[in-house]
Formats: sequence, C-alpha cells, structure tokens
Amino acid sequence: MFTQRKYYTPYISPYDPCKPIEIKSYDTPPQLYIGMQPPGLPQYATAREALYRGTLWPLLYSPYSSPYERGEDDD
Amino acid sequence: MTNAFPPEYYQLLEQIQAVDFVLCELTLYLDTHPSDNEAIQQFNYHSKQSRQLKRQYEEQYGPLMQYGMSYSSYPWNWKDAPWPWQV
Amino acid sequence: MWYYEKKLQYPVRVGECNPRLAKFLIEQYGGADGELAAALRYLNQRYSIPDKVIGLLTDIGTEEFAHLEMIATMIYKLTKDATPEQMKDAGLGDHYANHDHALFYQNAAGVPWTASYIQAKGDPIADIYEDIAAEEKARATYQWIINMSDDPELNDGLKYLREREVVHSQRFREAAQILIEEKDKKVFF
Repeated sequence: MFTQRKYYTPYISPYDPCKPIEIKSYDTPPQLYIGMQPPGLPQYATAREALYRGTLWPLLYSPYSSPYERGEDDD
Repeated sequence: MTNAFPPEYYQLLEQIQAVDFVLCELTLYLDTHPSDNEAIQQFNYHSKQSRQLKRQYEEQYGPLMQYGMSYSSYPWNWKDAPWPWQV
Repeated sequence: MWYYEKKLQYPVRVGECNPRLAKFLIEQYGGADGELAAALRYLNQRYSIPDKVIGLLTDIGTEEFAHLEMIATMIYKLTKDATPEQMKDAGLGDHYANHDHALFYQNAAGVPWTASYIQAKGDPIADIYEDIAAEEKARATYQWIINMSDDPELNDGLKYLREREVVHSQRFREAAQILIEEKDKKVFF
C-alpha cells in the first residue's frame, strides 16, 4: 500500500541524554513515484479546491502536519 | 487609516486566484506535456475566464497590471494602496 | 521582460502578531533553499540548457517570485507594528538594531544571502538534478517551520508553499526524463 511516510527504529544507547524517540519517520511524497505524469489524470472538482490543495491533481497532493502533534499516524 | 475593502473584494480576488492557479498548474504541466490537447483546451478556457474576472475586478478596484497591460482611469490609480501584502 | 500583477498567488492569512515565527520564516526569504535563491537559480540556468526545458525553468522561476512575495507578506504581517520590546523578546533584537522592521535577505541565523547558494554547473543533468534537490530541501524547510508554528492560518499558507515544492519537483523530474530520452540522440527531423 502506498504511504507518504516511512518509519525506522534508530539505535538507542543507554547514554543518550534526551528522551529517546523510538520510531522515527520521514516524508516520501508522491512525486518520488510518478515518473512522467500520465495525461488525463482526475482533477479536483473546482479551481477553488485546487488552489487550497496547492495542486490541480489529487495524485500529486501531499498532506502534511507536524509529526510531533499528530502522535505519528498518517494517511 | 481604516478604509478596508468589503467582503466582496476578497471573494472576487479569491476567484481570480483560483482560476489563475489552474492556469499556473497547467502552464508547468504543458511545459513537459506539450501535446496534451485536452489540457490546452482547458488552459484556453480558463485563460478566457481569468480575463473576464479581471475586467470585473479592475472596474471596481483599479488596475491589476501596468506597463499598458491594464487601462487607467483618471487620475492615474495604479500607484494607489493597498498593495498585495497590505490587504 | 516581466510584468508585475497586483495580487498574491494565494490568500495569505496570519492569525496573530508573532515576530518569533517571522524569525524562522526569514529562512525561506533569504536562506540557501529559500524562494529568492530558487527564483534566481532557475532563471540563471536558462541560458545554458537545451531549449526544450527553458520554458519550464522560466515558469517555475517566475512562480518562485510569487512565493517570495507570499513569504514577505507573512513576515510583514507577523511583525507589523510589533514594538521594539516584542522584537527583542522574539530574538529579533539584533535584526531590529540594524533594520528596524525592514525585511532583509538573510537566513534564520542572520547570515546574508549570497550568490554561492545558486548552483550553475552548465551541465544540463547536473543542473536539473540540483533543482530537484533544491525543491526537496525547500519542502523539508517548510516542514520544519510548520513543526515549530502554532498559527493554523499561517500553516495553511506554508502547507500550500510546501505542496508547490512537490509539484515543482515533479516537473523537474519530468525535465530530467525529457533530457535523457533516446529519441534525441541524433539531430534530424
């Protein structure tokens, strides 16, 4: 299944002074997977919606919010 | 000085921003997909729509562009505030 | 030549007077991966790249100036009428001493913008890959700023700008594809 975020578990030492984050993540937005955009892709229904999404095509839309606020679950 | 624009100003501006955004997206897309005829038709349709909305905007709120890209009323009102970062 | 249009590309809103966020946002105004660097990078590369991608560099470079104006608007709104005391509390005392409320092309740490932020190797592949990397770095910077911002209205504009980096990256990746296509191995029509 396609996800826009990938996770990994870094090594944690008993001598790390900051409270360890056990699972770290990074963004993998859609442009990494598309290649040449195929013609005729579905578009947002209105120009207004496209403006507020920041793209005309849902396939290229990449939602983002702070991982520190959303408690790590995504898309 | 508070001489704020009415809510209709922001609505019309938003409509222009939305149509021009579609034109921006299609411009970049067509730069790498120059043979997509359907996208070109959509581009031309929105281009016409943008002109109509801007004519309406300029009649009420003054010119959007200059160097001759917009007409001027008297006196010269291009230089009038507010500027985009002020509204 | 260029024409100026008296409107923002996107309706920028800022929730509250918050000079501290302005200090972070300066990174995207005059930082290495900021909008000024992006605009100048792409428009400068146009003169030494195959014709079939000049249009894209011109149009993305032009859009970056619209984004620069959005960032300037955010900084302007976040700091407009802030008192010297508020500027000082926000860590902008150094800035205020030199610039009052003027914007300046510098990064979040106060380092002035420099032309060395702009890569121009003259090799089409090296330059387009540079551009893809620049878009990803700008996207990451927006993410880090969003992570530190608690102003939902400001974040709306920042998420828009982040999404534009995604789309620009997509187009530059397509440009790289166009440059390597086999059909152009010989010049004949």
